[in-house]
Amino acid sequence: MAEINSSSPYAHNPQNVTGVMLAVVYALIPATLAYVWLFGPGVLLNIGIAAVFALSAEATILAWRGAPVRPALSDGSALVTALLLGLALPPLSPWWLTTVGILFAIIIAKQLYGGLGFNPFNPAMVGYVALLISFPVEMTTWLAPESLRSGELGFGAMLSYVFTGNLPVGLTLDSITAATPLDEMKTQLSLGQTVNEIRSASPLFAQFGGTGWQVINGLFLLGGLWLLARRVITWHAPVGLLGMLFLLAGFFHFFDAGQYPGPVFHIASGGVLLGAFFIATDPTSGATSNKGRLVFGAGAGALIYLIRTFGGFPDAVAFSVLLMNMAAPTIDYYTQPRVYGHIRKD
Amino acid sequence: MSRQLSNFPGGLHLPGHKELSVGEAVAAAEIPNRLIIPLHQHIGAAAEPLVEAGQKVLKGEMLAKAKGFVSAAVHASSSGTILAIEDRPVAHPSGLPALCIVLETDGEDVWCERHPVEDYHSLDPSALRNIIRDAGIVGLGGAGFPAYIKLNPGARTAVDTLILNGAECEPYITCDDRLMRERADEIIAGARIMRHALQASKSLIAIEDNKPEAIASVREALERLDIDDIEVVEVPTRYPMGGEKQLIKVVTGKEVPSQGLPLDIGVVCHNVATAAAVHRSVELGEPLISRIVTLTGGVERPRNLEVRIGTPIEELLPQAGGLSANVERLIVGGPMMGFTLQHREAPVVKTVNCILAATREMDASRGPVRPCIRCGACAEACPVSLLPQQLYWYARAKDFDKVQDYNLFDCIECGCCAYVCPSNLPLVQFYRFAKTEIWSQEREKKASDLARERHEFRTARIEREKAERAARMARKKAAVKGDQGTGDNAKKDAIKAAMERAKAKKEGAGTQPKNTEDLTKEQRRKLAEAKARREKALKDQAPNGASGGKEEK
Ligand code: SF4
Ligand code: SF4
Repeated sequence: MAEINSSSPYAHNPQNVTGVMLAVVYALIPATLAYVWLFGPGVLLNIGIAAVFALSAEATILAWRGAPVRPALSDGSALVTALLLGLALPPLSPWWLTTVGILFAIIIAKQLYGGLGFNPFNPAMVGYVALLISFPVEMTTWLAPESLRSGELGFGAMLSYVFTGNLPVGLTLDSITAATPLDEMKTQLSLGQTVNEIRSASPLFAQFGGTGWQVINGLFLLGGLWLLARRVITWHAPVGLLGMLFLLAGFFHFFDAGQYPGPVFHIASGGVLLGAFFIATDPTSGATSNKGRLVFGAGAGALIYLIRTFGGFPDAVAFSVLLMNMAAPTIDYYTQPRVYGHIRKD
Repeated sequence: MSRQLSNFPGGLHLPGHKELSVGEAVAAAEIPNRLIIPLHQHIGAAAEPLVEAGQKVLKGEMLAKAKGFVSAAVHASSSGTILAIEDRPVAHPSGLPALCIVLETDGEDVWCERHPVEDYHSLDPSALRNIIRDAGIVGLGGAGFPAYIKLNPGARTAVDTLILNGAECEPYITCDDRLMRERADEIIAGARIMRHALQASKSLIAIEDNKPEAIASVREALERLDIDDIEVVEVPTRYPMGGEKQLIKVVTGKEVPSQGLPLDIGVVCHNVATAAAVHRSVELGEPLISRIVTLTGGVERPRNLEVRIGTPIEELLPQAGGLSANVERLIVGGPMMGFTLQHREAPVVKTVNCILAATREMDASRGPVRPCIRCGACAEACPVSLLPQQLYWYARAKDFDKVQDYNLFDCIECGCCAYVCPSNLPLVQFYRFAKTEIWSQEREKKASDLARERHEFRTARIEREKAERAARMARKKAAVKGDQGTGDNAKKDAIKAAMERAKAKKEGAGTQPKNTEDLTKEQRRKLAEAKARREKALKDQAPNGASGGKEEK
């Protein structure tokens, strides 16, 4: 440290990487608790399994690369990846699904690219998409909110399902699972129903988004606002993403409200708020400048809407973020600020 | 009064810590037994000594004169006897010793004969500049550029605005604040002289709004002196507001062109303390022999002292109550742009505005170094709108072309980027490394170009001499044979052949790469050594810990 401090600047603000990562973790706690309250403790199993394997995979790879293990583990970035993946996976995922996803995220998407700071893609989203493509059935088996289940799923039963794949006798998967609101909406729309018919027909839907889901998403929003207030993230990526999604959804909804759900439904459903505040704001895989982040967010918002509405996936936050990760270097290139005393080169 | 202020991007609201030292009025520091006066206290060439060991000098006597255009004279800060002119440790980031005049003071402190100017208006600008040059005045804000040069607009540009910089944006430092509070009249008098020398149409004093007492004091003085052609401009408190380019942008809305001078846009910027020194030199006939220094941080009695140039820094510390127990290092200048003092016996020079005793807690504010996470906090903080993370990336990779593409040389080394970096990367250290590396490469290239030219010249000369010798031989042979006619031809042929050889050789040489091939073995060895040294320095600075593993990749 003495060498580094041997020339100026000698002062430093209290912000550091670990602090940033921990702030992200804290900001996710309220939504996680709501998740447990509304859907049962399954999500905690996801997060727990992901965290254990994330940290061990990171440690193993670092040791294998001959890099110091402790400082890298203590930066908290692996924990954040585990938390994000754990929250994104269905809350009744078999243990191996979570494990494969997190190993893919940490080993392939992060460490093989060089570790913290070198990954061009958001590791959690890479893990998520890899699973979505490889195990579509498991990835679309979602628990219904507790209030909408016909069967009773105790914690023991949940554990047994996650680790052995067996449910207690008498309990069927159908009685505890349901389509996600976005899925349901997409299916029914393709069957010729109108948005209003669909929303009033199923108890899956509530005033803003999905029953239960909207509470969790509201808390993601709250956590995001807290990060903003703490200046851990800037407003640019979230505003770009939510703004663009709002505009596009509003535009289509305005012309054909029967075919196109409104902007509030889009924002309050699926992973949009998690994506806007916690994933599109990932510094490493996102754009660098504030202007770039606005573009990055807007691009992701547009992709989310387009894929949801015209593509094959009901949610699409992960795909959209990954596509924008690809575009980030180009965005950075074209959003370079004008340097003091230079004439803008066009 | 209601001037429309512009803005600069980025910057930081730093904890000021100015309250520590600002409370007490400036007091005169004790005259030390020995003054150690370096010949090189400024940007440019070192001054040339005019005195010898054993000689008696009076206070204010010139000890060494400016040498060359960019240089500044140095004077005796008190009366006494010259003991020696020798290498002594000085306050410089490198810690290397430099030539100093050692003056044993006699305690009398007797002035030499002074020649105050009654009415500076009667002097033309160039005569004024000569006085200022001979008074050894350099920029007192920290950079130390000889002031008289910045008072010479030359024929090509008219100066529109003279800005006196009283922003003092670095944390802890309060010497300009105290000066403005206590000696506003001197600043104003200096400003008027500067304005006359520059023939500037406007002049203003810019002060950060965290110094209301200084602002009030300058305003009061202007009113009392009934001067209405100097404006006091209150600028927002934001680091680095006192950066020349930033201040100019804020006050005038104009940007100094990259690689250009403020003069290019009709602006000249001087520190307030420089203005006061100009006043003293012209109207009192006193050269620059003392300055106000802030002693602060981990000292028992933080304060400002008027210190004779040449006073050993260690002798000042007791006058600030001594160091607290937990002081780790002394910093010359502020925490953002200062440097670590390596020898406490080094003297105060004209550019030393602050001695900051940094405590262990200050050093510890920085956590472990981690890889860059590309968070962009640095870019957001950069007042020049650079992309510090890219500069860091390429400086570390030693890709010096790319690092210049990202405008390394527009970096003012303000340290904002490193201050906010959550990975605690020593960003500025990498920029300094890259800059010196590029400079030395350019020097090497120049040297090798020169060597190549010399070599070609020499080859051509040798060939010519050979040809002439051959011709002489041929003539002799011919004479011996007694055959005049063929002798002449033989001479011509020999010359022609030799010339062709030389020409072929020269053309061949031209296609060779312009690298270090023409250097001698010794030169090459030195180059290699220098390179190894620099690389080692980089390694030492490279973040250890997490990224250490990456370095091997
Ligand atoms: S602030 Fe530090 S970690 Fe963030 S982008 Fe800049 S250099 Fe990288
Ligand atoms: S040190 Fe250079 S790169 Fe860093 S903020 Fe200052 S001007 Fe920008």
